[in-house]
Amino acid sequence: MKKVIITVVGKDTVGILAKTCTYLAKANINILDISQTVVSGYFNMMMIVDGARCRKSFEDVAAELGELGLGMGLKIRCQKSEIFEKMHRV
Amino acid sequence: MINLSEVIETNKMILEENLDVRTITMGVSLLDCTDASLSRTCENVSAKLKRLAGRLVKTGDEIGREFGVPIVNKRIAVTPMSLVGAACCRRPSDFVRLAKTLDRAAKSLGVNFIGGYSAVVSKGMTPADELLIRSIPAAMAATERVCSSVNVGSTKTGLDMDAVRLMGEIVKETAERTKDRGSIGCAKLVVLCNAPDDNPFMAGAFHGVTEGDAVINVGVSGPGVVHAVLKECRGADFETLCETIKKTAFKITRVGQLVAQEASRRLGVPFGIIDLSLAPTPAVGDSVADILKEIGLEHPGAPGTTAALALLNDQVKKGGVMASSYVGGLSGAFIPVSEDQGMIDAVNAGALTIEKLEAMTCVCSVGLDMIAVPGDTSAASISGIIADEAAIGMVNQKTTAVRIIPVAGRRVGDNVNFGGLLGHAPVMKVSKFSCERMIARKGRIPAPIHSFRN
Repeated sequence: MKKVIITVVGKDTVGILAKTCTYLAKANINILDISQTVVSGYFNMMMIVDGARCRKSFEDVAAELGELGLGMGLKIRCQKSEIFEKMHRV
Repeated sequence: MINLSEVIETNKMILEENLDVRTITMGVSLLDCTDASLSRTCENVSAKLKRLAGRLVKTGDEIGREFGVPIVNKRIAVTPMSLVGAACCRRPSDFVRLAKTLDRAAKSLGVNFIGGYSAVVSKGMTPADELLIRSIPAAMAATERVCSSVNVGSTKTGLDMDAVRLMGEIVKETAERTKDRGSIGCAKLVVLCNAPDDNPFMAGAFHGVTEGDAVINVGVSGPGVVHAVLKECRGADFETLCETIKKTAFKITRVGQLVAQEASRRLGVPFGIIDLSLAPTPAVGDSVADILKEIGLEHPGAPGTTAALALLNDQVKKGGVMASSYVGGLSGAFIPVSEDQGMIDAVNAGALTIEKLEAMTCVCSVGLDMIAVPGDTSAASISGIIADEAAIGMVNQKTTAVRIIPVAGRRVGDNVNFGGLLGHAPVMKVSKFSCERMIARKGRIPAPIHSFRN
């Protein structure tokens, strides 16, 4: 599992970043970059992470983060970064 | 580094605008499966498909999950079966056995369609070609996932009018044999001119003899994405309109290219081509007709439709070509009636006729697609419609096709539901004037003068 983009979308609430980061730290996933914005009460966050040292498979991380998101009423998606790089960079 | 707005844009395309990779189609040569024994040929076909495509569906799903983009269909295209069965099939029912073998393979591998129950008879039919063609009605009735196609002409060879005449009868018979299911057999049968060897889209996909042993071809889609960006440039000039379509087509195609390369690498099968097509589905917001409306038409079929479609088709190609290392297949906007809610609405509103659709096929891929007509339409009229489309393809050096469904027992204004991706279609009016004496003529229409380029 190499570079992955994690997106978190949903209603803004306390502890979104904390809970997501705690999970990532436990899974040994390094955060390279975070940007976020709140538009009319809706939270939009993107993390670029490096999972090279994570022992879990991509599928497990994606499923567990998805569940974590559901617990907070949010949608958390994991996508390998190439889809964005290919689409937006020539 | 990728920024937040780019990530949001991509995910909006996927989550709200129906961006998907329409199909990963594995082309497989079955030429090395031929044997003088029919049973052994069937065994060889099953074994080869299992060996090469055993991981196709699983791999496609994995790629879809990892990149977060739906890969809607995983499919297989095989060598035209008239070639594979030539040594062992002595009667149409022998070919039907081969069709059933393909159907079983498709079901066990989990692919929703397998294409290549085909004959390429651009200039003439071998006995095996004719046997396969005559077996199509029974094969379409006896199988679920097998798609059939017959190529009846090309710019280099002219039109095989004997095959055109025969196909009119075969389409009618196929409709009759599947009348209890809305004549759905005809939805899996397409008659082509200038058929490409590397088309990933059904029902016309087959693995041509110019191809290697196996190949991965990918069809991209995304009419909803183009429609969404065009909303942003209402009232803008043509330059802005074209630039917007081109940029969007580039982005859509890059996703296809990524998926194709990943699938090729993981399956250990060479990458063939990306098919740059805007392929609609019956889902709301996944319509080519909506793009035409956004360009400024009240309904597809209004004056100006052909020009709007020409513009759209050209800009999709211009944007897509730069995004992919190899482009092929059909590459253009599809205008099926039953698979596009906007087209269905246009027919129901009285804006769109078969004649206008025929004009539209001059400037886009692929042809008269998924058009339901009355069940009492004569075989000769269907042959005439096929001949018209094939002539457009032959003279304009492009692929054209006819997938027409003379729905048994239905009349103009009725509605037929095919289910799933095939959608539903209003039964359209066919000219009541006869072409029987022309279709009864035997032989070929010669190749056009501009095909002699040597």
